[in-house]
Amino acid sequence: MRLELDPAPSLGKTLLTYLAFLLLTLLLLGGLFALYGVPPLRAYGVLLSPLADPLGLAEIARRTIPLLLIGAGLTLAFRVGFFNIGAEGQLLLGAVGAAYAALFLPAGPWTLPLMFLLGGALGGLWAGVAAWLRVRFGANEILTTLMQNYLAYYLVVYLVAGPWKGQFVFGFLYTDRFPEVARLPRLGDTLVHWPTLLLGVGAALGLQLLLFRTPLGFSWRVLGENPSAARYLGLKEGRFLALAALASGALSGLAGVGEVAGIHQRLLEPAQISLGYGFTAILAAWLARGRPGLVLLTAPLLGLILVGGDALKLAYSMPFRVVDVVAGLLLLGLVGAEALARHRLVWRR
Amino acid sequence: MEEALLRAVLFGTPLLLAALGALLAERSGVVNLGVEGIMALSALAAFAVALDASPYWGLLAGVGVGVLGGLFLGVFAVTLRANPFVAGLAVAAMGLGASGLLGKRYEGMPLDTPLPEGPLALVAFLLALLLHYFLYGSRLGLYLRSVGENPKAADLFGVSVEGVRYRALALGGGLIGLAGAYLSLAYRPSWTDGMTAGLGWVAIALVILAAWEPLRVVLGAYLFGLLFFLQFRLQGSVPIPSEAFAAMPYLLVILVLALSGRSRAPKALGQPFERGR
Repeated sequence: MRLELDPAPSLGKTLLTYLAFLLLTLLLLGGLFALYGVPPLRAYGVLLSPLADPLGLAEIARRTIPLLLIGAGLTLAFRVGFFNIGAEGQLLLGAVGAAYAALFLPAGPWTLPLMFLLGGALGGLWAGVAAWLRVRFGANEILTTLMQNYLAYYLVVYLVAGPWKGQFVFGFLYTDRFPEVARLPRLGDTLVHWPTLLLGVGAALGLQLLLFRTPLGFSWRVLGENPSAARYLGLKEGRFLALAALASGALSGLAGVGEVAGIHQRLLEPAQISLGYGFTAILAAWLARGRPGLVLLTAPLLGLILVGGDALKLAYSMPFRVVDVVAGLLLLGLVGAEALARHRLVWRR
Repeated sequence: MEEALLRAVLFGTPLLLAALGALLAERSGVVNLGVEGIMALSALAAFAVALDASPYWGLLAGVGVGVLGGLFLGVFAVTLRANPFVAGLAVAAMGLGASGLLGKRYEGMPLDTPLPEGPLALVAFLLALLLHYFLYGSRLGLYLRSVGENPKAADLFGVSVEGVRYRALALGGGLIGLAGAYLSLAYRPSWTDGMTAGLGWVAIALVILAAWEPLRVVLGAYLFGLLFFLQFRLQGSVPIPSEAFAAMPYLLVILVLALSGRSRAPKALGQPFERGR
């Protein structure tokens, strides 16, 4: 008995495989919950509880915003063959840029646009470093972007504990509150900063069009699917790769701007700015299978998992690591299902 | 001076063990990005068992969890031929997450009977020599290298590509598990969430820097150990923020990757094998 490649898997088989892996993932997760001393079925109930009340839904929408922005960019980057794992760091750099514009540049009606501009630029720059290292020195971007996450983390810790520490905060690690002109409007009493949400929807749709309806998008797709063909066509591989990296970094940066300008209204500890968005967005992007538009569906789904994970933490006083476990298991189930769907079992050697 | 060298070796030991584990898998053609997570989970398992039984059982448990971690990754990266990078990252996240979740009750507990660091460091050094001999002086080592360089040819000669890769992942996982056990039983006899502190990632970069050669990994690991020792010494005595010191290992990894980005990797590294393709 062995596994062979199946060149044309049927839709039914693909769906069945994904379903099987989803069940397996839930089973493994349940086992882990049981080990921790929580009945698995009740844990799943808590995980899905945010769907049942308006507050929970608003919370899902709030988490969807950064996932949408980052996920759309990552979908593009993955499709082109740039495995950007550093969205977390790019988001933090975006938040740093926004805080700088809000706190240290003259305030006025231009403040918010300037924050988005500077934050997006810093996020793009942070991803650009990894792209440059790969194109120029052949350094693996999975590792460099991952390491840059830690660098960005310590940069933010340094800023909020050191030079940017607020004058009017005592003992807390954050900057002063942003001035009125540097805060994003929200929907009613919720934390849904709708301008960033619109930006995210625009990014997902825009990248979808760019990828499938323009010459640039065509080059990107050729480069991702068949690098040697791209070379025969004379495409400047490095340039297109860097462009995709910059775009995904800039979108993550914008997500960071949204988080500090829309929710916290100050720069604070990194673990509070990003609630695991960088890693979760990788899942959203992987699920979207190379179509930025599909992130409009996958981002809210993962938003639900984040909010449900929070509910779990509260209900059973679990440590924050529970989200890592859920995300890791889901990612593994996803790549496993994707791989298995491409195979068929053959009963001979 | 002598103290500095001793600390360098003792600090370099977990790095050496983890890097040897990653190297073994990579020479067979499978990238193992799960090192950090497998190490954390092994450290927890070793500590938990050492509390209940004895530190030697703990050591065994750490190695066992490492082997299981390697095999687990193998199911995805070898049998299912999934994207090995993504699968490895997922294993890293799960290992870190599960160890943080399950280890909560062990935080702050002391271990009364820690293992001595010196003998373990010696074992690690000997393992590196053994691995070098295994790779270049034995038939099995030749099979392993050929699977990593040209799996198609190895397959034609009757070597089971999948079998070799599973064994390399399992043995390598065991070494990574030993690294984790060393951390929680000898180096810092306790358990804290995040105690691997990026060592797993440094180990992966070290393999690239050492051009996939076990003996060079030894040198590199002790060099990193020395750097960490100097960092520890300088901290507080120079006006540099502590965050800069904490960020140092990660910056080092990036520099190493840039310096050795195009060094010669096993030819089939990261490529799933499918007969007849």
